[in-house]
Amino acid sequence: MSVPVLSVRDLRVEFASRRGVLRAIDGVSFDIAKGEVLGVVGESGAGKSVTGLAAIGLIDPPGRIAGGEILLSGLRIDNLPAEEMRRIRGKRIAMIFQDPLTSLNPLYRIGDQLVETIRTHLNMNETQARKRAVDLLAEVGIPAPDKRIDAYPHEFSGGMRQRVVIALAIAAEPELIIADEPTTALDVSVQAQIIALIKRLGRDHGTAVMLVTHDMGVIAETSDRVAVMYSGRIAEIGPVRDVVQNPLHPYAKGLMGAIPTLTGDASQRLVQIPGSMPRLSAIPQGCAFNPRCSFAFDRCRVERPEPIAVGAQQVACHLYDPRHSHDHAHAESVA
Amino acid sequence: MLAFILRRALQSIGVMIAVGIIAFTMFRFAGDPVNQMVAIDTTPAQRAEVRASLGLDDPVPVQFARYFINAVQFKFGVSYQFRQPVSALLKERMPATLELATCATVIAMVFGILMGIYSALRKDSFFAKVLQAVSLIGISLPTFLIGILLIYLFAVTLGWLPSFGRGDVVKFGWWTTGLLTISGLKALIMPSVTLGLFQMTLIMRLVRAEMLEVLRTDYIRFARARGLTTRAIHFGHALKNTLVPVITVAGLQFGSVIAFAIITETVFQWPGMGLLFVQAVQNVDIPIMAAYLLVVSLIFVTINLIVDILYTIVDPRLRATINRPA
Repeated sequence: MSVPVLSVRDLRVEFASRRGVLRAIDGVSFDIAKGEVLGVVGESGAGKSVTGLAAIGLIDPPGRIAGGEILLSGLRIDNLPAEEMRRIRGKRIAMIFQDPLTSLNPLYRIGDQLVETIRTHLNMNETQARKRAVDLLAEVGIPAPDKRIDAYPHEFSGGMRQRVVIALAIAAEPELIIADEPTTALDVSVQAQIIALIKRLGRDHGTAVMLVTHDMGVIAETSDRVAVMYSGRIAEIGPVRDVVQNPLHPYAKGLMGAIPTLTGDASQRLVQIPGSMPRLSAIPQGCAFNPRCSFAFDRCRVERPEPIAVGAQQVACHLYDPRHSHDHAHAESVA
Repeated sequence: MLAFILRRALQSIGVMIAVGIIAFTMFRFAGDPVNQMVAIDTTPAQRAEVRASLGLDDPVPVQFARYFINAVQFKFGVSYQFRQPVSALLKERMPATLELATCATVIAMVFGILMGIYSALRKDSFFAKVLQAVSLIGISLPTFLIGILLIYLFAVTLGWLPSFGRGDVVKFGWWTTGLLTISGLKALIMPSVTLGLFQMTLIMRLVRAEMLEVLRTDYIRFARARGLTTRAIHFGHALKNTLVPVITVAGLQFGSVIAFAIITETVFQWPGMGLLFVQAVQNVDIPIMAAYLLVVSLIFVTINLIVDILYTIVDPRLRATINRPA
């Protein structure tokens, strides 16, 4: 297997606060291969966005990467000097944020912002960069790009602005795009277009995509693999088909059960997960999910589960530990 | 755009007419001008003659119309104390005040913006914290006190700078300037620092607060995610967005600099309009007071207009609102 584009190994991110150090990410590991789309789901505060920000090196104080490694195509990037990391940002790793309405500087024409980004990373003169900017706008589906290039951000709709944002992100043909809830702020009809665009760009350029969202529909449509995050850890990761159709982790089961289906029995009630995710300052001992888990047993309250391979999936849950036949019986009953 | 400028210009004229009415009413309510002009032993007949010659017997609207028509042509009547046309007095004094106010504003803008940027970008550094603390003094100390302290230090104790006056001036037609002679420049330093200090600290604190705000926005985060250089982000993207509100405040502050100049000019015996105004108040010289009111309002209104136009040049979103028919 070739070297993954992004490889995160045992990442830990901490935030210093008045009440002590809060661990937002605690031992997260995953890979994204060339051309692969990894969906990252979870509730607000599960650490999805922080993982993305850590990968692009934009964790600001009081936050810091406290442990682990981040490798970009085999090169370690989490400990690079600021200036070297800056050269990688935008050129090799790009990031798209949630709100396209506020992602663009309102005082500059979009062409100026594109040309500036292109010339920062690629050795081009003004004319070449401008031509590339027009091509990029055409590629992301902006009509009449040679005219629209001189427009200001406020002259675009939300969906069109997100297209401009994407054009800015792919300006230097990055190997990896981190999309942090790119469709959350958009209308449903526009969401589908943006998702299709990200998918197409990933396919055409072989770009790896880390797609952070809390929308399982978006994940099911776009991703090759999906990681379910809970309380700063990955609860389950695997091929999207397996995780959606046959979730293993009780939290993942709950998450999938909470998605309404159109084809299902209308009389069937949506399953709720009782309670809410613990605050960072009060993560319970053992498995962070144990207070909300209906399958929790003694071990879950003491020992933190490490990822266990089950088929193509990896799940951090004691129920799937083959060493404990007693636990295994539990797993059977769950499945 | 042109329609917008015209509309704003019309509003400005409205403001000036309102100020004109206030200036005119001063004549009617601040004592009888004839009493100010004539000697104690003037006979009632002579007083009536003066009154008639000044047109004070005419109906009020006629007087106002006459005052207004004259004021538009910068004829503000004759000063009671100097027996000279007010416009000539103002013309003589205006260069001194404008030079002082401009100098003070330039000092305030340049140092205020630079220090504001510094204390925003290095907000945790020792020097930035010192600036924050010292700026509080600049905001809270009264202007005259700063002026007197400066005089004590640099004029009395050290003897480096003159304590009063404008120094030697060079004449260009009716305009006089102290910028071209050594003594003129030396005389300008302390008054303009005194006058500009408050604005400088105000602008510094404003720039700092705005810039910290802008640095937290999504488009700055996205600019960083695009790998732009820190320099481009801070001085290209952040600074331009920071300066939008600063333009308004700085523009309005230029007006208040001219107003504050009254105190500074008194402290430094600066031969400007402010000093003229203070003398006029002491002597109930209403034509000068009224003219000063009109001139300062005109400057205020003009600056406001310029600021509004500048605003639309800097911020394209405003241009869109303006061009959209209301």
